[in-house]
Amino acid sequence: MSSKPLSFPIPFEVQAPTCPVITDKSVLDQIGNTPLIRIHNIGKEFKNVDIYAKAEWKNAGGSVKSRPALKMIEDGEKSGKLTKDKIILDSTSGNTGIAYALIGKVKGYKVKLVMPANVCKERKGLMADFYGAEIVTSSPFEGSDGAIILAREILEKDPDKYFMPDQYNNDSNWKAHYETTAQEIWKQTNNRITHFLAGIGTGGTIMGTSRGLRSFNPDIECYAVEPAEALHGLEGLKHMESSIVPGIYKEEELSGKISVPTEESYDMVETLEKQEGILVGHSSAAAMLGALKLAAKIESGVIVTVFPDSCERCYVNFGQFKQYYENEPDHKLPQAD
Amino acid sequence: MAVKVRVPTPLMKLTDNKSEVTADGSNITEILNNLESQFAGIKERICEDDGTPRRFINIYLNEDDIRFLEGEKTAVKDGDEISIIPAIAGGVN
Repeated sequence: MSSKPLSFPIPFEVQAPTCPVITDKSVLDQIGNTPLIRIHNIGKEFKNVDIYAKAEWKNAGGSVKSRPALKMIEDGEKSGKLTKDKIILDSTSGNTGIAYALIGKVKGYKVKLVMPANVCKERKGLMADFYGAEIVTSSPFEGSDGAIILAREILEKDPDKYFMPDQYNNDSNWKAHYETTAQEIWKQTNNRITHFLAGIGTGGTIMGTSRGLRSFNPDIECYAVEPAEALHGLEGLKHMESSIVPGIYKEEELSGKISVPTEESYDMVETLEKQEGILVGHSSAAAMLGALKLAAKIESGVIVTVFPDSCERCYVNFGQFKQYYENEPDHKLPQAD
Repeated sequence: MAVKVRVPTPLMKLTDNKSEVTADGSNITEILNNLESQFAGIKERICEDDGTPRRFINIYLNEDDIRFLEGEKTAVKDGDEISIIPAIAGGVN
């Protein structure tokens, strides 16, 4: 006999989460040590393969990029290149910018970010309004490479005014993952991980985590996930063949690359929400698709990937651009500054 | 009718490295077909098989998003400018 449904609401006291009201811990301590989520339903046809994902939106700053941003800034401080009179300047399509802006606010630095005029307004808004960063927009036609070039021009005009972490060429970027992400995954899987994969933007996550994991077990196979086409709609990911290749990205060290189409990734955002109950951004869905492609190729193993961000309640996540733009004040061509 | 079409960097491989090209046609569909006849392979990068623009591609007639005009049936006239950009900027993770 099944039990009767409750005829009264659960008292408020029972619903209230138990968390401290006051804390003297820095918000920056909330970067790293993210949960490793078991993917239960998607890919269950691969009976001898387990798939896990690092829930990187749990970092303060809301994405995986808080790890390298913090390390690049702190290494800049240690080297003496970043001093209180300098403005932190870099190019970004969103997540690294939010991380710089948050860390800059906590540590007392001004932050200037160069991003293409067509980045998601939720990200620009968060940075500019909440964390107080200055935003400079680059041409929407040129994508992230246009932002990289513009940031370099701004730096060259006034080199003493800025500290440019240059996330594409800064070893502290991949080292953040070598020192933290890889260690966490190794422990969280009880040393069972056999395959690792991650999307490529700067290449920091894939290079640092792969090197770290292979320092524990050199047989771990590591794959980069990239958009299938040069013209794609996967925010945060880079199609290497048609882009400025980051200095820290060393493809020859990897076991291979897995290509994922934009539209299938948008559909996967929805599938992850329906089947696993988690709402993630495009790059996470692309990583999930990559994990499934890898699972289909191997007979057995423990696959770990990285879900970079969540960007909740954003129509863009589902590829519903018409609905997204309907909520915009106008539907005009975005302009560079 | 000749219009100027501005293409995003990832498509410039197909347009002999030009960021601006000229195309003929009286509406967006005709413009895209004309682009395809000049630069083979470009249309499939912009449109679905049925000819509608892929959902992550924004096409602007002058300043306006064609989604809020008449989509790919939107009429164009001499001297108009068409811009094709991805709806969101990929590139940095």
